[in-house]
Amino acid sequence: MLKGKVWKYGDNVDTDVIIPARYLNSTKAEDLAQHCMEDIDKSFASEVKKGDIMAGGWNFGCGSSREHAPIAIQASGVSCVIAASFARIFYRNSINIGFPILECPQAAEAINAGDIVSVDTASGIITDETTGETFEAKAFPPFIENIINKGGLLPYLKEKLGE
Amino acid sequence: MMGMTMTQKILAAHAGLPEVHAGDLIEANLDIVLGNDVTTPVAIGVFEKAGFTKVFDPEKIVIALDHYTPCKDIKSADLCKTARNFAKKHGISHLYDVGTVGIEHALLPEQGIVGPGDCIIGADSHTCTYGALGAFSTGVGSTDMAAGMASGLNWFKVPSAIKVELTGKPGPYVSGKDVILHLIGEIGVDGALYKSLEFTGDGIANLTIDDRFTIANMAIEAGGKNGIFPVDDVVCEYIKGRFNREPVVYEADEDAEYDQVVRIDLSKLEPTVSLPHLPSNTKTVSEAAGMPIQQVVIGSCTNGRISDLRIADSILKGKKIADGVRCIVIPATQRIYLQALKEGLIEDFINAGCAVSTPTCGPCLGGHMGVMAASERAVTTTNRNFVGRMGDTKSEVILASPAVAAASALAGCVADPRAL
Repeated sequence: MLKGKVWKYGDNVDTDVIIPARYLNSTKAEDLAQHCMEDIDKSFASEVKKGDIMAGGWNFGCGSSREHAPIAIQASGVSCVIAASFARIFYRNSINIGFPILECPQAAEAINAGDIVSVDTASGIITDETTGETFEAKAFPPFIENIINKGGLLPYLKEKLGE
Repeated sequence: MMGMTMTQKILAAHAGLPEVHAGDLIEANLDIVLGNDVTTPVAIGVFEKAGFTKVFDPEKIVIALDHYTPCKDIKSADLCKTARNFAKKHGISHLYDVGTVGIEHALLPEQGIVGPGDCIIGADSHTCTYGALGAFSTGVGSTDMAAGMASGLNWFKVPSAIKVELTGKPGPYVSGKDVILHLIGEIGVDGALYKSLEFTGDGIANLTIDDRFTIANMAIEAGGKNGIFPVDDVVCEYIKGRFNREPVVYEADEDAEYDQVVRIDLSKLEPTVSLPHLPSNTKTVSEAAGMPIQQVVIGSCTNGRISDLRIADSILKGKKIADGVRCIVIPATQRIYLQALKEGLIEDFINAGCAVSTPTCGPCLGGHMGVMAASERAVTTTNRNFVGRMGDTKSEVILASPAVAAASALAGCVADPRAL
């Protein structure tokens, strides 16, 4: 069970604001985390606490294919992202690195910044403990669930290739 | 048997399946796996951490060091060194480094590395460009690239499709860029989310191969998984003498299913721009005309090809860039740069007051070679105008065609090339 305070953003949060390209000359997760979201929220990187939850609107993570984006969010301490929808490369990247993301338009709209939210990733149940509302995110198809359970795409592939 | 789209047919063939349907999760064989200096080092880390020691086929991996090159700082030099060493260790011959490198999505088609019927992944979102050649080609992340390098395989959700029917002939100074900006304005930045954009219609015959590269390139800006064009005489002519594998031509079935059909009469389009801060924030150039600018960039994987430089030259030749405007011209590959030199375009650009750069993605992503300060505004032929994309979070990017960019450079504000 994941539980934390919500950092809420709007629609079309793009990977350029999640981690601006001027910081992509590093591949270190901790370097990237220091600058996560800074172009739209200067306070995020310094104030985010381990376990906090990020919420966004439609098309979260659109733009560049940089895997540095989910890596930066994950390394900042955020435990999962809830959004109305995800841009497809961000969606793939998150699954591939084993970072939990939940697609749930109702939760994405109703949850307020600063609410305390708990998430059961196995069942997809999202509970806003501040307001008492509960939501159910779309379940992953079994194929993707399997990749996540194996710890990401490469461990899955290793097993498949019998190496 | 249900009809399939062109994209679905390519995916079925590469998955070894007689048919696939939208929503199916499949594993497909890859013809080419691509990465650049930003994404490849992350992929190498993932590849090595998982304990892989061999790539599936060194001839099918392409590494183009194009984003921060020639290296802008020590950290980016380290990234290039990591990628270079990996290529050497694994015998990857398609390593494009300073001196041979061009912007990847102009370079791969030019070098004949990609062609009709291919299934391609690239750790760069604009990998969808090669759909212009009738390939399935999509942008992925670094872990996907690592998986592709290790196994030659990756997983895909078979996309449903939007059919884009193009008819008519574009008027003067209306190009592929105007077509795709108009389309993104119509369907929105997530209008094609998870879907393929399948371009059809007799209007395609009136679009050059460079127009089609530009259109397929920005499918991602509508959220699309890929954009794809049929293989016609224009494509066959382009790949002749470049592409050494056997092209495989796929056609959509008559009864293929589409979620939506968008019809665009090319003859009705006007030069189009996208105002800050979303590519879907489109206006006709006449609606935006007069907005003051400080910078123009003509280049990128979207619009740095020879026909883009020619149209810019036709406007800039013998004229002077407006006072207070910096105009940066970046030929997308070395071959394009040389061709532009031979045709006298580079001389014209320099005489007009432009700065001409060696191929690099540079300013498009606010990397180097034209980063903007607060309160500055640019008209650029690049592909994204998000907050902070080309520099300070208070700078602004207006997306446009090379013709509009060149006209704006002369005017010092957003300008209609037809009014010159």
